[in-house]
Amino acid sequence: MSKIKSTEDFEKLQESVNKTRDPERLCITVCSGTGCHAYGCEKVTQAFVEEIRNRDLQDKVDIRTTGCHGFCERGPIVVIHPQEVFYQRVKVEDVADVVSETILKKNIVDRLLYVDPNTGKQIICEKDVPFYKKQRRIIFGNNALIDPTSIDDYIALGGYAALSKVLWEMKPLEVIDVIKKSGLRGRGGGGFPTGRKWEFCRNAEGDRRYVICNADEGDPGAYMDRSLLEGNPHSVLEGMIIGAYAIGSHQGFIYVRNEYPLAVKNVTIAIQQAREYGLLDRDIIGSGFDFEIKITRGGGAFVCGESTALMASLEGKLGEPRAKYVHTVEKGLWDNPTNLNNVETWANVPVIINKGWQWYSDIGTEHSKGTKIFSLVGKINNTGLIEVPMGISLREIIFDIGGGIPEGKKFKAVQTGGPSGGCIPESLLDLLVDFEKLTETGSMMGSGGMIVMDEDTCMVDVAKYFLNFLKEESCGKCVPCREGIRAMLEILTRITEGEGEEGDVELLQELSEVVAETSLCALGGTAPNPVLTTIKYFRDEYEAHIKEKRCPAGVCPALIQYSIDTERCTGCGACVKVCPQEAISGQRKQPHSLDQAKCIKCGACLEVCKFEAVIKR
Amino acid sequence: MVSLTIDGNVVQAEERTPLIKIAEKLGIRIPTLCYHPALEPYGTCRLCTVEVVKKGRARLVTACNYPAEEGIVVHTKSERVIKARKLIIELLLSRCSKAKVIQELAEEYGVKEPRFGEGDEDCILCGLCVRVCSEIVGANAISFTSRGIDREVSTPFHIASEECIGCGACAYLCPTDAIKLEDIKGTRKIERWDTSRPLQRCSICGNYFAPVAQLEYIKNRLNLPEEIFQNCPNCRRKSYAEQVAALGHI
Repeated sequence: MSKIKSTEDFEKLQESVNKTRDPERLCITVCSGTGCHAYGCEKVTQAFVEEIRNRDLQDKVDIRTTGCHGFCERGPIVVIHPQEVFYQRVKVEDVADVVSETILKKNIVDRLLYVDPNTGKQIICEKDVPFYKKQRRIIFGNNALIDPTSIDDYIALGGYAALSKVLWEMKPLEVIDVIKKSGLRGRGGGGFPTGRKWEFCRNAEGDRRYVICNADEGDPGAYMDRSLLEGNPHSVLEGMIIGAYAIGSHQGFIYVRNEYPLAVKNVTIAIQQAREYGLLDRDIIGSGFDFEIKITRGGGAFVCGESTALMASLEGKLGEPRAKYVHTVEKGLWDNPTNLNNVETWANVPVIINKGWQWYSDIGTEHSKGTKIFSLVGKINNTGLIEVPMGISLREIIFDIGGGIPEGKKFKAVQTGGPSGGCIPESLLDLLVDFEKLTETGSMMGSGGMIVMDEDTCMVDVAKYFLNFLKEESCGKCVPCREGIRAMLEILTRITEGEGEEGDVELLQELSEVVAETSLCALGGTAPNPVLTTIKYFRDEYEAHIKEKRCPAGVCPALIQYSIDTERCTGCGACVKVCPQEAISGQRKQPHSLDQAKCIKCGACLEVCKFEAVIKR
Repeated sequence: MVSLTIDGNVVQAEERTPLIKIAEKLGIRIPTLCYHPALEPYGTCRLCTVEVVKKGRARLVTACNYPAEEGIVVHTKSERVIKARKLIIELLLSRCSKAKVIQELAEEYGVKEPRFGEGDEDCILCGLCVRVCSEIVGANAISFTSRGIDREVSTPFHIASEECIGCGACAYLCPTDAIKLEDIKGTRKIERWDTSRPLQRCSICGNYFAPVAQLEYIKNRLNLPEEIFQNCPNCRRKSYAEQVAALGHI
């Protein structure tokens, strides 16, 4: 492939790629995101390859391994095009049937279809699955259609057309103007207007400017950036090149966690392909604009997702933040003007250029435009990645898309914004999700993690869990974050162990205020959020722990007790066998008893008892 | 030059001068444990927290590294500042309950028993030692290791560092006396870093005066007369005085 040297060259390439694409041709796509890898998609793909070869169908059928479809709960996912038949939880044993029935006879293999739990109906097409119905997948949607290691797949769907347009038809300031008008805000957590950030960086004094893609995703349960980089790396590269042109930068970095090997691999391949096509490095599309991208792998410290810590780490220094009184757009990497955006933000850029800012800004709410990708995890039926328009309600996300809470349990709270986000209660389920509304509740958008909790969740325990995470991940540089989180965790631990005292809640609030106000970076600045929101919305649970020495959700081991209901116990002995402490005794067919002194509250007896004779209080 | 207000005093200052320097000139004392005028501000202890009002919005910032800006109003002793400072002192006290400098601050700010634990760490992790070793000495023998509550200052791999020249700048700056420096029988020991360095004997009086490694380090970087590396400062002073006296000018 010779390098593209003009828009005409690029159009010729588009034509030649499109010629090889027949929309009516049969294509089996197998999701190869990390979630589906865990379910064994590689073996499924291999089985399809062999089956197609054995039946001599190579000329008629394509097999494509794609990026993540988002519905990770149901992997491995296989979609047959052009009919868009959606098969879920496909195993190697199912492959022969899919080929013989669907590929050869156009019949549906019923057992692999998704069944709507509410209606009991089988659903054939992906778009009709409730999980996808309310989504608007303008950023994430192409993941399911392209092979992330094929630049031609991306170009066939209109990829790099935005870049060609920008380099040949737009001036840098026009690009910034479009991004400003679109209303795009940073998807990494802060929500700062992207166009303005670019403008600040462009106008800052300095000879060199840098552009960084922050792919140091670290929130527990969040994996949208990973899926974008793994599934559609060219969209991120295209966004970065456009941004670099607008800002006037010739050097970019992708800072990605080393724990994301597939993302590193796919983005490395993508950079290589873009170079070969003349879409990176020197004289991009013959426009005279130069820009190169290097990949830096992070060592896995959560705090390195913070922009100044990330830049320190990129420079080879200790990954800890510095004060941002002078912003990184003025003095960032090696003290040069630096523009850092998150993976998802970059991926929004080509879409805005292609579709126009008016189209983009019609999606969303007054101050939050476009869509947001959330990772929906926890006590939810449909675990996965979802892309929804800003302004959708939490209720729609959790019940319509997420399919509600498993086992018919009651919803209790949803934690948004990662470990430093907050827990939002049932009373606020109709909240319309955008940057401002989430902040008003005391939580935040963050990078888009959503952890759903059911009635069996103890909110004090949840606050303790997140504080424990933050204690481990604070860099330890400043006193309020390092010592304050430690102190808050000590108090929370005391409360969950039944040693809470009157005044502990007020002490937690006092600490929270000072930690939030005086910490050096946003990690400490937001660390008290889980504590403050659980106190705000679930204060009764704190009171029960402190005053009544009771854990209402029955989670905190020190505050629960197991006993045996002698009326119900049949003396079957099942509990005796599973008790690791030999705490249960009794004669056969006679009611048993439980020795509290020996009990370690593991709950094994409760699980095994068929007569509901074990009581947890 | 910009004009700003600190505790009611209107002052002119070079743009981007750290607030703590401007306050110092006005005779306003702002407590700090991690700031030193010879080093880059680091902003870790947060004791120098002050309140800055900018465009009608008040927020807490650290005076050691907040740059002077036109029109800002700074309060160094507002109720909000004192409240924050007191809690920071309480947190420090709960880490290093026996450190004299912390006890004195607690006394000054009326902080009693810490309400959350009573640790007996001696290091407050202010980073003065790390920064002087890197920024002034240039040896980079010590650094921060680990994260969060496990953070500590140490040599690489927690073993004696070849880079440590035993100069003792770290011990000199440590506000809690956590770094002990001892010269015993011709050897300088800094126990915290496992440093053990032979001392140079003065060719005149025979007293030990500096680690050989430190003298070598300086010799390699600066073009100085040999006697500086052979004779102790006292003897050198004496010998200069004698030379001057011999010239008959005194």
